Amino acid sequence: MTVGTTPAAGLDAAAREALAELLLTLADDEFVLGFWDSEWTGIAPMLEEDVAFSSLAQDEIGHARVYYELLAELTGDPADGIAFGREPEAYGHCRLLDHPRTDWAFSVARRYLYDTADAVRLEALSRSSYRPLADAVAKIRREETYHLMHGDVWLRRLATGGGEARTRLEEALEVLWPDALTVFTPLAREDVLLSTGMLPEPISVMQQRWLTRIAPTFAALGLPFPFLADDSIYRPTFPVDLGGGRTQHGDAFQWLWGEFTSVHRLEAGAVW
Amino acid sequence: MTATESTRAVSEWEVWEALAEVADPEIPTVSVVDLGIVRQVEVMPRGIRVEILPTFVGCPALDAIRDAVAERLAPLAAEIQVDVTFAEPWTTERISPEGRRRLRESGFAPPMPATAGLVPLLPVARCPFCDSRRTVLENPFGSTLCRAIYYCTDCRQPFEQFKAV
Repeated sequence: MTVGTTPAAGLDAAAREALAELLLTLADDEFVLGFWDSEWTGIAPMLEEDVAFSSLAQDEIGHARVYYELLAELTGDPADGIAFGREPEAYGHCRLLDHPRTDWAFSVARRYLYDTADAVRLEALSRSSYRPLADAVAKIRREETYHLMHGDVWLRRLATGGGEARTRLEEALEVLWPDALTVFTPLAREDVLLSTGMLPEPISVMQQRWLTRIAPTFAALGLPFPFLADDSIYRPTFPVDLGGGRTQHGDAFQWLWGEFTSVHRLEAGAVW
Repeated sequence: MTATESTRAVSEWEVWEALAEVADPEIPTVSVVDLGIVRQVEVMPRGIRVEILPTFVGCPALDAIRDAVAERLAPLAAEIQVDVTFAEPWTTERISPEGRRRLRESGFAPPMPATAGLVPLLPVARCPFCDSRRTVLENPFGSTLCRAIYYCTDCRQPFEQFKAV
């Protein structure tokens, strides 16, 4: 698939390198989440959610494919090779997506945190000076609208469901909050992305906009929101460690990697 | 086919006519033109270039559509190029009135008109079987990425709606 016409040729080496890093984080986030979601296919708590999570997974892997193809046009490496041909250490997804599927409340909580953060990121990237990315994001955002609606319904349902549903949701959020911040891990070449307008605003600004946007929902539902607002700036009440936010991966991801690369490792270049 | 005919330049109109015969692989009664998937046709001295828009980014039918378009146009020119583009987002507003009619005929509720914003899903669809508006959204996700599942409380039929996007 060719994705539009590429002004990649007009970028200098530093800009290419910076853009490649950004695209890889976007691609790996969607790719890894898509595979975790697909783990619910066949075993979700109700039939509707079996269908929903399978669709969500298919959407995310489709989005990842677009980002990998944009990256492929930039580097000349084949998209499939980038998606499936790396060692686990080389994946750049955020630590929020390093956890296994766990239970239903955990998956719902993670999706909510990721989707709302991703929405802020996509909103910014729809104004990227790199036109192929801005165009793809415009399309992807329309689909993500459905993910946001789905996540909002389920967060409210579990939060107001009382009993075990509520307890499990709270427990999941306690575990996930510190890692949720890693969606907004600063990029090594962020200065280049900002000066070229490929990234229209600093990642730290996106992080604050995200917290500002979701704070009212957590307040209304009385769910854990471990931040203190100080002069409109949300400061975490826990020690933040974004070091390795996109580079350190645990055993759960090792297992998932083994699953999603199994065909590629058996026969690289295999087609359906 | 005589030599004169084979070298005759094909018109853009003929290309659109040919594309109108290419069926959507998942809903074969509707053509890719009626679904608004074809964005642009360009006739060049040696070949034809067509731009198509993905309905949903992760839609596996996209590759099948690209191949079907290329195959249908192959007799018309020496070189056929089918490019997938995001230069403008495909939206359900691109489905033609004829496409909407055919969707309904095939048992799908056509999408509701998309509102200006990004949240176009309305919880009501008109039943494609009995025309009732007393329907319930069962699931915004369905058998394919582009469909939502509804239930008609009048004729008691489940049905799918082409999801507004």
